[in-house]
Amino acid sequence: MALTLDQIRGQISLTEDEPRSVTMDAISVRDLSKGYPSRDGCVKALQEISFRVKEGEFVAVVGPSGCGKSTLLKILAGLLLPSKGEACLRGTPINGPRRDIGVVFQSPVLLSWRTVLQNVLLPVDVQRLAGDSYRRAALELLTLVGLQEFAHRYPWELSGGMQQRVAITRALIHDPAMLLMDEPFGALDAMTREQMNLQLQHIWLERKKTVLFITHSIPEAVFLADRVLVMTPRPGRITDAVAVDIPRPRRLEAMNLPEFCATVSSIRAQFHAKGALDA
Amino acid sequence: MHKGRDIAITVAIFCVSVLLGELIVRALEVPTYILPAPSKVAIALWRGFASGLYQKHLLHTLVETLLGFLLGSALGFSLGAAVALNRYVEYFFYPYIVMFQSVPKVALAPLIVVWFGLGLKSQVVNVALVACFPLIVNTIAGLKSADEDRINLMRSLAASRSQIFWMLKLPTALPFVMAGLEVSMIFALIGAIVAEFVGSSAGLGMLIQSMNFNMDVAGQFSVLLILSILGLLLNRCILLIRRRILFWDTSEKQQPERERVII
Repeated sequence: MALTLDQIRGQISLTEDEPRSVTMDAISVRDLSKGYPSRDGCVKALQEISFRVKEGEFVAVVGPSGCGKSTLLKILAGLLLPSKGEACLRGTPINGPRRDIGVVFQSPVLLSWRTVLQNVLLPVDVQRLAGDSYRRAALELLTLVGLQEFAHRYPWELSGGMQQRVAITRALIHDPAMLLMDEPFGALDAMTREQMNLQLQHIWLERKKTVLFITHSIPEAVFLADRVLVMTPRPGRITDAVAVDIPRPRRLEAMNLPEFCATVSSIRAQFHAKGALDA
Repeated sequence: MHKGRDIAITVAIFCVSVLLGELIVRALEVPTYILPAPSKVAIALWRGFASGLYQKHLLHTLVETLLGFLLGSALGFSLGAAVALNRYVEYFFYPYIVMFQSVPKVALAPLIVVWFGLGLKSQVVNVALVACFPLIVNTIAGLKSADEDRINLMRSLAASRSQIFWMLKLPTALPFVMAGLEVSMIFALIGAIVAEFVGSSAGLGMLIQSMNFNMDVAGQFSVLLILSILGLLLNRCILLIRRRILFWDTSEKQQPERERVII
């Protein structure tokens, strides 16, 4: 049933073997494993995961809940240390929280005693970066996500979608090398979610950040990403990497394109084939 | 319009009950040393203030309550923070705090008089001791209540421990601390009166006791009235500060209704 590791590597390198410029990888992950101690021995959350993300690339990781996606993200964010293997950002290993990474979590996690603008400037305050230029940059980013009028409001005055946009803005303010997003739109209703996907694409086209986007929605992953990494649980491993060749900017109607549907169903088929969706 | 009517009703109810009290006490010919008529209490109140006696003792009680409250809160907050932020302090010292907490602090008042004498110092120490415990418990709970996601956010930004404290844990703890201060303030006034009962040369508590020896029940009632108004005002002060500081606390938004009733 399960593919051997070599097969997996083969598959992944197949999709990556296209001629690449000499630019350094934004992220490179090699043989990354993470186990948690539990009552009956050790639970493997991640087993020997390897992949690379190019500079400026938008990569989505899709998988059912419990497949280790969040563990992977926590390791990349420097919140967890891997048991084995290594994750590098622009060539240097990630051994702890780093200032050149922006993280967007499942919930907006805004601080309720700070205004929207102050929330966006939180990384600037923490990293003691001086100045007015960041304030201007924050207002610019808020304009980009359509929240310029809310800069001096408090988080509780905003809707869920607006709050998550503030969180994205906050992750971008200190101009990080990479944006990590952990199911950022999971808690939003379907319609708001579609709007947020469009907005995120807009931001990405505008800022050209390297993005690693974690989600359990296959259509969302395909809609947003240049490449989709397919992750299956128990133990968590990446079983495939699917390139998405739909031209940008993609509109919501792109979801009706035959190649979109074909990509979505081929990914879904993989989960079914591996029994990953069986409870 | 609505508000005007409410105020009118409130005033009316107050007047009617005072009048009713007056009538009942007179009709049943209750002796003044058992239950004084409202008019007698009012006279005692007026005399007390006219002679300047009440002001002097009121000031003494107010000063010892506030000093003790400040000292106790500072102590309570520091101890709470130490326990919440340091595993070792929690492991080795928290059990003693819990143990000490179960002692009725007013039972220590006689000892404190032995140690610190009959002056202001001894009452301030007593008040501080009583006022510090609500704050210890609330500070610990508050500082530990920062949620996992927010801590992860701060950590992901490579925030230092002290940054996490100042920018996240402390603001998160504030609603708890303010609730603790509210209780501490009430405790402080109780502590002050008890300390004055046990041994003091001035203060409203001492006044009540000396009036009791002289069978001046109307006087005692008048002092009780002052004490209840003092307690109310101190509580209002804390609430005002709390609303000013915690404007962002959404649970605070549901409270104005309740507070209006107190006015």
